[in-house]
Amino acid sequence: MAGQDSTSLSGWGRYPSVDTFIDRPESRASLLQAVQNSGGTNSSGAGSGDLLARGKGRSYGDAAEAACGQTVLMEKLNRFMAFDSETGLLRLEPGVTIAEILQTFIPKGWFSPVVPGTKFVTVGGAIAADIHGKNHHRDGSFSNFVTRFWLLTAAGEIIECSRIQNADIFWATIGGMGLTGIIVEAELTLSPIESSYISYKSIRADNLTELMGLFDQHEERHHYSVAWIDCLAQKNSLGRGVLLLGDHAKLTDLPEQLKNHPLTLKPDKQVTVPFDMPSSLLNRYTMSTFNSLFYAVKTNQEKIADYDSYFFPLDAIGSWNRMYGKAGFIQYQCVIPPAASKQALTEILNACSQKGWGSFLAVLKRFGSKTCPSNTSLSFPIAGYTLTLDFPVKASLIEFTRKLDELVISHGGRVYLAKDACLTPETFRTMYNANFENWRQIKHKIDPDNVFRSALSQRLEIN
Amino acid sequence: MNNKTVLILGATSGIAKATAQALAAKGYGLHLAGRDKSELEILSQDLSIRSGAKVSYSLFDVHNVDSHQQFFKDVLAQCGTIYGALVAVGELGDQILAQNDPTHAKRIIDANFTGVVSLLTPIANYLEEQRQGFIVGISSVAGDRGRQSNYLYGSSKAGLSAFLSGLRNRLAKSNVQVLTVKPGFVNTKMTFGKQGMFLVAEPEDIAKGIVAAIEKRQNVIYLPWFWFWIMKIIRSIPEPIFIRMKM
Repeated sequence: MAGQDSTSLSGWGRYPSVDTFIDRPESRASLLQAVQNSGGTNSSGAGSGDLLARGKGRSYGDAAEAACGQTVLMEKLNRFMAFDSETGLLRLEPGVTIAEILQTFIPKGWFSPVVPGTKFVTVGGAIAADIHGKNHHRDGSFSNFVTRFWLLTAAGEIIECSRIQNADIFWATIGGMGLTGIIVEAELTLSPIESSYISYKSIRADNLTELMGLFDQHEERHHYSVAWIDCLAQKNSLGRGVLLLGDHAKLTDLPEQLKNHPLTLKPDKQVTVPFDMPSSLLNRYTMSTFNSLFYAVKTNQEKIADYDSYFFPLDAIGSWNRMYGKAGFIQYQCVIPPAASKQALTEILNACSQKGWGSFLAVLKRFGSKTCPSNTSLSFPIAGYTLTLDFPVKASLIEFTRKLDELVISHGGRVYLAKDACLTPETFRTMYNANFENWRQIKHKIDPDNVFRSALSQRLEIN
Repeated sequence: MNNKTVLILGATSGIAKATAQALAAKGYGLHLAGRDKSELEILSQDLSIRSGAKVSYSLFDVHNVDSHQQFFKDVLAQCGTIYGALVAVGELGDQILAQNDPTHAKRIIDANFTGVVSLLTPIANYLEEQRQGFIVGISSVAGDRGRQSNYLYGSSKAGLSAFLSGLRNRLAKSNVQVLTVKPGFVNTKMTFGKQGMFLVAEPEDIAKGIVAAIEKRQNVIYLPWFWFWIMKIIRSIPEPIFIRMKM
C-alpha cells in the first residue's frame, strides 16, 4: 500500500528477518488490487516490486517474505467454497489452515489427508512447499490429494491448473515456494475416518541400525510412522530412539467411554511462551536430559491418543519458537536416498554429537515411492530417510550447516526449502539440479519479469 | 438449530464476519447483507459449510436511503421472519479529507449514522411488533469523546450511540433488546496498516463478547472490557486540559 511503512517479517525460526511491505486482502477483488498496486500486473511497470503470498508464516527460514517487496498475507482469504460429503472433495481458499479443516470436518468424519507437525499451516503454503506428514510412505505428499487449483499469475490472469490443464504450471507450483503466482482457490480430497483418535504404539531402538530395522519391519502395516532420535547419544548408541507407529482408530478400537462420541474435537487450549527465553536454557545438558527422559519413558506401549496430541504436540505451546531466544533458530531437514541413508545418517549424527549440538527435536521419517511424478517440480520428498534437526542461531552455525550440506550432497540428498535459511545458490543447484533447470523454464514462461520473488529465491538465485 | 434468523448488515466487515460465525455456531440462521455480491456468496457458503447453518444473502447500499424499506421487505419475504439484527455498517473515512471536503464529511456521517438510522427504522418497527428479538449496533469508543484525529467518525458514532440509547428506551417495553457495542481497536481491514493502534483486539474476541452480551441481554458493552475504564478516564479529563492534548 502506498504510504505504508515497511515491516520486519521472519519465518517461524525467526531467522533471518526481512524488511517488507505487507498487505492483507479480505476479498478476491482486494487481492487483485493488492497485486496491481505492487506493479505485478502493470505491463509497463512490471517488476517494479517483488510480490509474494504468505500463509501463516510457518515455514522456518526466509521462504515467505518478499524482501523489500510486497508480502501479501493470505490469512483472511480462508473460506470454504464447496464440500461434497459423498466424495470428500473440498474446494477452498488458500488461507484456510489445516486446523480449520480439522475443526470443520472431523465431526463430519473426514481428516486432512496429510498433516505436518503443526496444524497452523495454510493450504496455500501446503501446496507451495508440498508438505509431507508421517504417512509419506503410504500416501505421498500433500499434492497427491490436490486435484486442481486456480493461480493468479503475474499477467493478472487467473488460470486453472491440474494434472490435465496447464499441467506444467500445476507441477511447477507444487513445491514451487510461491514463485509461480498466487493460488486463489484450491480443490483437494479429504480422507474418511471413523474416529478422531489414533491408536499408536512406540518401540524403542538402541541404535540406528536397530531403528532402521524397525522401520523396515513395521512401517508398511501402519498409516503413520515417525521416530524421535536422541542425537547426543554416541558410539554404540548412536541413533538410538523411539519409533512411533500410528493408525486412525476404528470404532471397534475405541474403549467404551469413547465409542459414543468417536468424532470429538479437541478443545483449543494453548499455553504460550510469553517472552523470549534466554537461549542458554536449551543447552546440551537440558537437551540431553530431555532426550534421555523421552527415551526412558516411551517403552513399547500401545495406546489411544486424540489426534491433536498425537500429531501436534508442539501446537499446545503457542510461540514455542521463542524458546530459542531472540536470535532465533533454524530447522535443518534433509532427505537421503535409501541406499546411502544409513551411511549419511551416521555421519550427520556423528557430526552433531561430536559438536555436542543436540537438537531439541530430532525427527526421523521415511519417504516412500509416491513422490512427485513430475521432473519439473521442486517438491522436496524423494524416496529415502529424512532427518530433521533444530539448532539455535549462533556464531558457528553456518559453518556447521555447510558441513552438513556437503554430507547431504555427497550422498545424493537434498535439503527442504520450506525450512532452509542457509543454503547457497551452488548447494541448492547441486541438490535440485535437473528438476531446477526444467522448473526454471516454466517460471520464465509464467513469470517472465520475475515478479514473484521471496527472500529465499533472492538468496538462492532462483529466477 | 434454533430456527432464529439474524440479519447481518455490513456482513463483509471484520467484526460482522466473526460474529456471524459465532452466531452460526450457536445455531442461528443468518441473512447476510452488503454491497459485494461475490463476497456475500463466498461468505454464505463458508458459513453454511462450517456450521451447517441456513444462510441467505441480499444486496443493499447504506447510502441509498430510499431503498431501505423495500430492502427489508425483501429480506422478510426471503427469510419468513427475523429474530435479530446486527448492524456493522460503517466507514472510518479520512479525517483530513473530511475537514476540507464536505462531501466526504457527509459520506462518513451517512455511512455511520444517517444510513444506519434509516436501515434500523423498519427493522425496529418490525421487532417492536414481534415483541421479541434483538438489535445489535456496532458503535465505537471513538463516539465517547470527540478527538481531533477522527472527530467526523467519532461524532457520527456518538450520534449512533445516542440513537441506540433512545431506541432501547422505546423498545424495552416490547421485550426487544437493543445492544450498543463499543469496540476499541480491532484487527480488521479498517485498522490494518494504520499508525497509532494499540491494545488491538482480534475480531473473534469481539464476536465472543457480542454473543455473550446478547445471551445476557446487556445494554451497552465495551469490547474488550478495559476500554470502559480507558474511556472513563478520557471522558473525565477536564476540557481546558483536553484541548491542549494531542489525541
